[in-house]
Amino acid sequence: MLASQLQAQHHLSRFSLSDPRVNILAAGIFALVAVLLTQWPALMLLLGLALLFNVMAGTRWRSVIKRLLAFETFMLLLVLMLPFSMPGETWFRLFGLSATIEGASQALTILLRANAVVLALLALLAIREPVSLGYGAAALGFPAKLIHLFMMTVRYIQVLGDEFQRLRNAMKARAFEPASNWHTWRSYGWLMGMLLVRSMERAQRIVDAMRCRGFDGSLYLRSQLLWRKSDSLLLLGLSLLALVPLVWQQFLE
Amino acid sequence: MAHIPEGVVSAPVLITGGVIAVAALCYAVRKLDYAKVPHAAVLAACFFVASLIAVPAGPSSVHLLLNGMMGLLLGWTAVPAIMVALVLQAVFFGFGGPLVLGVNAVNMALPALIVAWLLSGALSNAIANGEQRKIYLLGGFAGLIGVVGTATMVCLSLIASSAAYLTAAKIIAVTYLPLAIVEALVTATVVGFIAKVAPEMLLKTRVEQALQPEEQGNAEVL
Repeated sequence: MLASQLQAQHHLSRFSLSDPRVNILAAGIFALVAVLLTQWPALMLLLGLALLFNVMAGTRWRSVIKRLLAFETFMLLLVLMLPFSMPGETWFRLFGLSATIEGASQALTILLRANAVVLALLALLAIREPVSLGYGAAALGFPAKLIHLFMMTVRYIQVLGDEFQRLRNAMKARAFEPASNWHTWRSYGWLMGMLLVRSMERAQRIVDAMRCRGFDGSLYLRSQLLWRKSDSLLLLGLSLLALVPLVWQQFLE
Repeated sequence: MAHIPEGVVSAPVLITGGVIAVAALCYAVRKLDYAKVPHAAVLAACFFVASLIAVPAGPSSVHLLLNGMMGLLLGWTAVPAIMVALVLQAVFFGFGGPLVLGVNAVNMALPALIVAWLLSGALSNAIANGEQRKIYLLGGFAGLIGVVGTATMVCLSLIASSAAYLTAAKIIAVTYLPLAIVEALVTATVVGFIAKVAPEMLLKTRVEQALQPEEQGNAEVL
């Protein structure tokens, strides 16, 4: 359960079959457009596009909602305070504090923008296998050492996630109940310490095994990436869609 | 929550964070020996998994940051390790975003580097001399500096973006308080545990000495 399954659940679609570079580039363009937009009608359109991408990618609504709930607390904290702390025209008064229209519109802008980006990342990137994203990033020219680090981290998240679950089950079998006390924090400390010590030993074993197999400082990426005509079309289509709100904003101004 | 969502901070903060993060990443990656990539990857994965655990704190629960611990164990390598973990969290969990990644990485990696710079030498001495109480104390400080440092950086990046975030930043700073306490306690235990079970992971000079013949071996292989 835990981290052993990173990839978001989805139906097979164009987004999960295309060249991973398409997904990475489209996500980058989308994020850039989101930052450049400042007017809320255009951002509303962007959010609509992000939802459309999710429909196209066939992501499950449960993962969409789970993902939104996870970061909404931080957002609400930020956004609820904004109308009261921005100077401007008074909108309404609450407990002697005046909320301003400027502050409220700023809050709405930020809320729309953050939600749009999170949803777009879900539809474009989270549905891909982490490893294929690594291939895509490598093909886009990210440093090889960083890519290797990324790939191996993805691999060991699964291994250590299972290891963690095993240790945690052992604690459960001994009737460990997490609560807000010193016993819990110390037990968790030992659990993490054990996880760290074991992972260090594992890392040494990996290095030894890699040396055995003639590790010469470079790992070879299985380069199966094939840029097809349909990938160009998909990237073109996604970029044009993402640019529509930007063009519309120019009109609004 | 240590991850600032996309679109919250202003463009100058985004660019500053991005530039610092890329520079630090380049330096750290260049410093990183190929034979140490598996260690870095396994530890990055370990911290990723550990940060998913909901640790009870009072009526609610917190997720540990563990950047102080990362600084102690990894030094400069903590920068790429944190970066990779943040990319994975942004893509697969929706915490943070692609453009704000630099700011988030700096917010978490800088305290880790400060911990490595301030405490790892003293901790190494304490372990070599077998001073139990000092080991726990230094571990606690590492956790505290990690969380308080990140909280400060998050609030500063918000305030630098817009003065209107001041109230929200103050509230966010308060919400870090339980995390800081729990993280200090847990990190102290982890450090105490590792000092007993595998002290070579935390020993600074001795590890380097022990590694030197190995590193020559690498040079031959490379």
